Amino acid sequence: MDYGLDKKSTSLKTFNTIFIIVWLLIACFPFIWTFWGSFKVRADFFSRSDWWYAISAFNTLIETGGKFTTDAYTQAWTEGEFWKASKNTIIVTVFVVSISLFLGTLGAYALSRSTERYAFWILIAALIFRAMPHITLVSGYLFPFFQLQIWGILPTTIVVLVAINQPFTLWLLYSFFKTVPKELDESALIDGCSYFQAFRHIIMPVMWPGVITAGLFSLMLAYNDFTVTALLLNQENHTMVPKIQSYLGTNQHEGNLMWAVSAVVSATAPLFMLVMFFQRQVISGLTAGAVKG
Amino acid sequence: MGINSPLTQNLMPNKTFFWFFLPTGLAMILFIGLPIISTGIQSFYAQHDQVVKEVKKCDPFGCTVSIVVDNEETTKLREAKPLGKFNGFGTYVDRNHLAIDEIKKFWNETENFGAFVDQVTNLPFYKALIFTLTYCLFVTPNVLLLGFIIALSLNAVARKIRGPLIFGTILPMIVTPLVGSLVLFWMIDSQGIIGANIQNLMNDPYLSLKSSKTLTWITIIIYGIWHHSPFAFVVFYAALQTVPQEPVEAAIIDGASRFQRIKHIVLPHIYPVVTFVALISLMDNFRVFEPIIGFSAEGSAQSLSWLIYDNLVNEEVILFGSAAATSMMTIVGIAILLAPVLIRTWKEFKTAR
Repeated sequence: MDYGLDKKSTSLKTFNTIFIIVWLLIACFPFIWTFWGSFKVRADFFSRSDWWYAISAFNTLIETGGKFTTDAYTQAWTEGEFWKASKNTIIVTVFVVSISLFLGTLGAYALSRSTERYAFWILIAALIFRAMPHITLVSGYLFPFFQLQIWGILPTTIVVLVAINQPFTLWLLYSFFKTVPKELDESALIDGCSYFQAFRHIIMPVMWPGVITAGLFSLMLAYNDFTVTALLLNQENHTMVPKIQSYLGTNQHEGNLMWAVSAVVSATAPLFMLVMFFQRQVISGLTAGAVKG
Repeated sequence: MGINSPLTQNLMPNKTFFWFFLPTGLAMILFIGLPIISTGIQSFYAQHDQVVKEVKKCDPFGCTVSIVVDNEETTKLREAKPLGKFNGFGTYVDRNHLAIDEIKKFWNETENFGAFVDQVTNLPFYKALIFTLTYCLFVTPNVLLLGFIIALSLNAVARKIRGPLIFGTILPMIVTPLVGSLVLFWMIDSQGIIGANIQNLMNDPYLSLKSSKTLTWITIIIYGIWHHSPFAFVVFYAALQTVPQEPVEAAIIDGASRFQRIKHIVLPHIYPVVTFVALISLMDNFRVFEPIIGFSAEGSAQSLSWLIYDNLVNEEVILFGSAAATSMMTIVGIAILLAPVLIRTWKEFKTAR
């Protein structure tokens, strides 16, 4: 901590630096290693004889003639139909984010401006909903969805993900709206605006940081979801994460591990770039919930 | 707006609130509230037994009566009553759930208490419950501790280089648990870089993750700490920025050690945030399930959520009733976890009035 008065001993500083380096290695190395390995053949990255092959590329040289190969990527994206999975992921993510934000901003604005007791209880109910394991909800969906014959298609999954995401979005946006002074909408109301006009023209323009944060978290939920997409979508409509699982194989048929490795890298790279770009918003979002307690 | 409009007391009238809240409220009621009720109803039903019929087969040596499955009738019955047959609390007490009868039997038959516990913890539901609780018990405190240490330590480095360090720190948190566990599994597995090196080090070519239950549990717990610590870090880091400077400086002048300062000034200040992180991470850890798939560990580690998943992807017939019963008991578990928080909030709310 930069306390000015606080003199740190050199040994403490050294210890601190070593600790951070070790931690960063633990946190990042698995990703770097997977990225590196995705350009090798299976016999190297999952070597039965010598793990050093993953670095020396012994089999990759024999099989492809080069030290690096993009075979895993080309095969997964074409034969493995990963292009279809990423298309589905894009569709799901775009719709979930936009619908979540639309519903969430309206609801959270109302919650932040009401002083009635029910607003408090709604927030508590949202907290309880937030705690529900997604798999228990899915076990509730499956049967009715089969009966209504809406199982397996993208729209159903989008609506479900929006709903599952609402409690968190509400809490997040609620704490952001609370920081916008009430005088702002009061003056708009006195000037003759309706509530919706005040919300649309006065409040929303100053809310963009909050909306971006909430949008990022909806995006991460929709993009990363496994439980809902794996069980509510049919094979044809699978998004990226269940697709990766299908490459792993089961007891009955052997999977294609290198496809899974390259698919993991393909799915993770855009997410990392996004977070690098919006790091500040992610952190402010995580804190927003905490500051309110 | 009239002069008497109670604008400042209650800004938003009920009617306006209703319309603003309707879309999100409807979404939550339809897709979170109703499914819970649907799960509750399903848990009282079980899939139909197969319809059997007697077939008389006669040949020159006489007639035999055999019992075969009547596929046509079975399909018909399943279509007529897709929910299955009413089973009451039958599913809850069967062998795959609370296993009341089995426990009674074990109690009467086993010699000592240890053997009894062994038998009970081999039943699927109790096995999963114990793994889930063990996971929560080990992951949550370690996440808090590691997150706090990382936050303190990053807070001590120069401001200029903090950005990239924070980015590196939060990577384990932003990937989905399935991907996170796969990435680790590929390294730890006997054919991966860490697994192979441990084999060399221990000089035991058969040492592998899958061979030992304890090793599997430890790996999944380590994964959990790796995945969740960044979240605790981010929240603690943000809270550290708000620690007031004056008391800290005063403490330094009074000669308080670094440890004393953390204990008496920093910790009390961020205490509310600690409870928040503990609560969120407890809720998330209780639903652990994807790492089990990522580490292909279902042989030796099963969680409550995994049991539900397993019932729902059952190949022959989806076991709706069984999945629903486990779901309901998981919800009860969540309720027990949340109860202290809810009671505290309720008390605060009452005193605030």
